[in-house]
Amino acid sequence: MFDALQAFLSTFLFDWLAILITLVIQTVVVVLPIMLVVAWLTYAERKVIGFMQVRMGPNRVGPLGLLQPIADALKLMTKEVIFPDQANKYLFIIAPILALAPAVAAWAVIPFADGMVVADVNAGLLYILAVTSIIVYGTIVAGWASNSKYAFLGALRGSAQKISYEIAMGFALVTVLMISGSMNLTDIVNGQQGGMLNWYLLPLLPMFFVYFISGLAETNRTPFDVIEGEAEIVAGFHVDYSGMTFGVFMLAEYAMMILISFMTAIMFLGGWLSPFEGIPVLETMFAWVPQLGWLAFKVSLLLFIFLWLRATFPRYRYDQLMRLGWKVLIPLTILWVFVVGAMKYFSFGPWFN
Amino acid sequence: MGKFLKHQIKTWGLTELFKGLSVTGKYFFKKKITVRYPEEKTPISPRFRGHHALRRYENGEERCIACKLCEAVCPANAITIESKERDDGSRRTTQYDIDMFKCIYCGFCEEACPVDAIVETRVFEYEFHERGPHIQTKDKLLAFGDKHEAQIAADRAVDAKYR
Repeated sequence: MFDALQAFLSTFLFDWLAILITLVIQTVVVVLPIMLVVAWLTYAERKVIGFMQVRMGPNRVGPLGLLQPIADALKLMTKEVIFPDQANKYLFIIAPILALAPAVAAWAVIPFADGMVVADVNAGLLYILAVTSIIVYGTIVAGWASNSKYAFLGALRGSAQKISYEIAMGFALVTVLMISGSMNLTDIVNGQQGGMLNWYLLPLLPMFFVYFISGLAETNRTPFDVIEGEAEIVAGFHVDYSGMTFGVFMLAEYAMMILISFMTAIMFLGGWLSPFEGIPVLETMFAWVPQLGWLAFKVSLLLFIFLWLRATFPRYRYDQLMRLGWKVLIPLTILWVFVVGAMKYFSFGPWFN
Repeated sequence: MGKFLKHQIKTWGLTELFKGLSVTGKYFFKKKITVRYPEEKTPISPRFRGHHALRRYENGEERCIACKLCEAVCPANAITIESKERDDGSRRTTQYDIDMFKCIYCGFCEEACPVDAIVETRVFEYEFHERGPHIQTKDKLLAFGDKHEAQIAADRAVDAKYR
């Protein structure tokens, strides 16, 4: 579709201008819905947590409180951005950008349906891993630039935590790589064709949990949000941020949450494939659901689990968190690399043939 | 050995995490206890102590006889009373002020009153935006009592057998 647009534009424009315009349109088409989903994800979060605490959640702005995100955004945008006196102003401004940019850039290689991808890169998995690990710079720079003890402590914790969990996450991706034989996300999904049993969920079940838990840690969600830790370090790396600079950090966090959910759905839950593939009656019954619909369904399920976990678990203590990362998850992933190797050698199940 | 195995299964099966999740999952579908205040209201006891009012007898005569018991009992010194003989010879108040900022809504004035003149009603939705109106004068209190007399009388009747 975008190729046609580019071809059409280059009939009366310079080639480079046509490419540029197409790229900008593609970016907007991907980023704008993500930002909207982020906005209503904050609403969903407050609603879900409220429901689990037997309250109603936001219900004042608009019907059922559905316009709450707009009110929040307006509030954040009109608030004053305060610069601490001793802060490094340039880094202070750059930090939220550093946090948001990779969280948005990673979406370039995410396939939303068969062929619906901005850049069909062969090393998509590597690209995601590389880009998402840059996010940690956002927190470190924010903690440093604020020139506050709390922010700095939060940033230190955050960087150590993210580096630790990135290893487990990487190894979990290695098992996916071994089983699919490709780093292209589209190929990974297409490798899972043939019904729910063929999804990588079953052979990689422990890796599914490891990846999701590492994802929680990567996005600083609740059981692992020592980086924010409002009880002991107030709000961690973004204590001194206000107004839209704070809002950008929030955007980055939620965009990362959605990204992790997308990655989990693509790698373990068959991406856009229907779960009823190969089941006689159900398959035809649900044939009308578009590929994007299935992916959105799986992603929203995972996002709900994100919120559910936040409503349920208290924060890990810092040493326990490190123990879980280094002594439990990483050995488990290494073990599973060998298990997957053995499964591949013996052509086990429908996954290796 | 059995204990060890049990522990390992419990740990690696994440049983306790799932237990916790099931609790919050159950509460997700429970009926919500939120009262959406301006639209919905919680039930109020007839003994509720809200805005003050001065009552009258059915013939329109004000009840208060300026005995100043409420002024004496008031722990916050919120009540100020001045009295004078009226033309018909009865003792009546010329001034009956309640400082609503001082008042702690203890209800002692109502308890002390021998003629049930000063009462606290179940009206609690009022506010003052500046100094001045917060002094409730005799006229205002009497007018407030006239306005809510039906409710006040009903509340006293319900509570009468416990007094």
